[in-house]
Amino acid sequence: MSDTQIRRIPDRLDNPLRSAIFSWQSLLLLVATAIFVANSLATPYFLNPWSISDATFNFTEKALIALAMALVIISGEIDLSVAAIIAFCSTMMGFALQFGVGTFGLVVIGITTGLLCGAFNGALVSGLRLPSIVVTIGTMSFFRGLSFIVLGDQAFKGYPSSFAYFGQGYVWWVVSFEVVLFLIMAVIFYFVLHRTSFGRQIFVIGNNPVTAEFSGVRVRRIKFLLFCLTGVMSGLAAVLLTSRLGSTRPSIATGWELEVITMVVLGGVSILGGAGSIIGVVLAALIMGLVTFGLGLLNVPGIVMSIVIGTLLIAVIALPILAGRLRARMER
Amino acid sequence: MVSAIALMAVPVSAADTRIALVVKSLGNGFFDAAAKGAEQAAAELGGIEIIYTGPTSATAEGQIEIINALIAQQVDAIAISANDPDALVPALKKAMDRGIAVISWDSGVAAEGRQMHLNPSDTALIGETIFKLAADYLPDGGQVAILSASSTAANQNSWIDAGKEALPTMFPNIELVATVYGDDDSVKSTDEAKGLIASYPDLKAIIAPTTVGVVAAAQVVTDMGLIGKINVTGLALPSEFKQFIDSGASQAVALWNPIDLGYSAVYIANALATGTATAEPGSTISIGHVGEITLDDATSAAMAAPFTFDASNIEEFSKIY
Repeated sequence: MSDTQIRRIPDRLDNPLRSAIFSWQSLLLLVATAIFVANSLATPYFLNPWSISDATFNFTEKALIALAMALVIISGEIDLSVAAIIAFCSTMMGFALQFGVGTFGLVVIGITTGLLCGAFNGALVSGLRLPSIVVTIGTMSFFRGLSFIVLGDQAFKGYPSSFAYFGQGYVWWVVSFEVVLFLIMAVIFYFVLHRTSFGRQIFVIGNNPVTAEFSGVRVRRIKFLLFCLTGVMSGLAAVLLTSRLGSTRPSIATGWELEVITMVVLGGVSILGGAGSIIGVVLAALIMGLVTFGLGLLNVPGIVMSIVIGTLLIAVIALPILAGRLRARMER
Repeated sequence: MVSAIALMAVPVSAADTRIALVVKSLGNGFFDAAAKGAEQAAAELGGIEIIYTGPTSATAEGQIEIINALIAQQVDAIAISANDPDALVPALKKAMDRGIAVISWDSGVAAEGRQMHLNPSDTALIGETIFKLAADYLPDGGQVAILSASSTAANQNSWIDAGKEALPTMFPNIELVATVYGDDDSVKSTDEAKGLIASYPDLKAIIAPTTVGVVAAAQVVTDMGLIGKINVTGLALPSEFKQFIDSGASQAVALWNPIDLGYSAVYIANALATGTATAEPGSTISIGHVGEITLDDATSAAMAAPFTFDASNIEEFSKIY
């Protein structure tokens, strides 16, 4: 027969190009680009290498924690104590400073304290099988409470000038140490989550911890390690923030846990666990940084800024869900 | 979104001196009043654009984000009421390195993070004022007593000592018969006020240099029906104290005036930004109708004596703070 009518049968639900275009990352990239362009048009001060460099300081420390938080949330848990861990790490560094500990020692103490706090959370969650939201609400008050006991209304200051490099130093021209560290960490976390069996196991745990357990995944050990990891990243953020502020007060980093979780959720990580990507989290951090800095350049009050971030979060989360429903209806 | 943000952009004429008034947090009546004063100063001086800004919650990190944004905008001056005297230093140093004039007001920044600090008042002026408030309404003199906060409160003690020093020369016919301590606790302050009234039948005025004590004393005088016999005065928040001025339990009280504070901060910031004044120990800077200030060895300065609130202005200020 002459009519060689070919009936196309798709071999997968979406072709790769189509799914790439409609993926969460593309949406975030689009939003980030739109905000970048909007900022450039709205204010003459935005397109300046120093301005953009200054803007990165608004989010790099939070974004570092968001990388680890993404893993915890993908595994189906949550850590609300990260900001309190920063406060406690910073307090311990300031305490050590009183005994003349040098820059290297301070960094070690900051990160080690973070690790111990994380291990404490992990032990309660994995060892005693307590719900992580309850445990970390408790340790959130506990770690910050310890900082208030040590410091009261006082402050630790007088950090050595070499310590200032971590939060105020530049590796090359306008490229800050914080940004370089964040990019390196983002690459490491990308490989761990998306290119190792450890990463696959995190997804499995988040999707179904029982199945994971029966499949030989050491669920409790992995969860313990993930809490240690958020602790370490919080300790690292504490080093950077303390260095940037040049002082420690027990109220340091107040409210950061919610900003970190906002970044993770905006980055497309399912709050129910089991899904998410590091690229999404990095883009979300960039978006939040660009939005707050852009609005800051326009001197928009902080209250309006929170409204914009909240609206953005709801919009970015609602859009794909609505689009999915619309497509389902049209295909019916 | 693009158009929404573009619409929010405020056109800026290049000739303007842009002064940022950064406060501890927005949505606070005290700071809104300061911003009002800043606008007054800008209108008087001319060619000044005021950027009134602050974080949503009173954190140092929030203020640093704002400072970074102000540095990027290349503002001419930053006048800040700081959430933390130390944590803001690196960010403000960066601002000064990039040629921005930096002053702190109300709540100060450590000396290395600003060019000068403006205090609302100073010890000697406050000490004089609390006695003057009583003396103004006692033309024939008489007995007065002090109801303070705690006996260890450094602020109150230094004000009272300064006042006592001024007493013999400035108010010779005022006799200070007692100083008692209510610990900034309503119940204890009430008991102490009752005790004073019982012990000194000829008492003409109670001076409470604390916002808790002054309300407690005025309430006692009201409850005991002594309005017109004993005048309560001291340092009080107009919004909390308005009812006692209205009822006559008090003739006048005083506190810092946030409008004048914002006004003066802009005068100083403008003078430093335009180079018409320098911030060195001993230098004097004009602050418009409020007068002028002289910087001390720590490059800080006191604005003026506390501002007096009486029946003529309590209505207006009670709406502010």
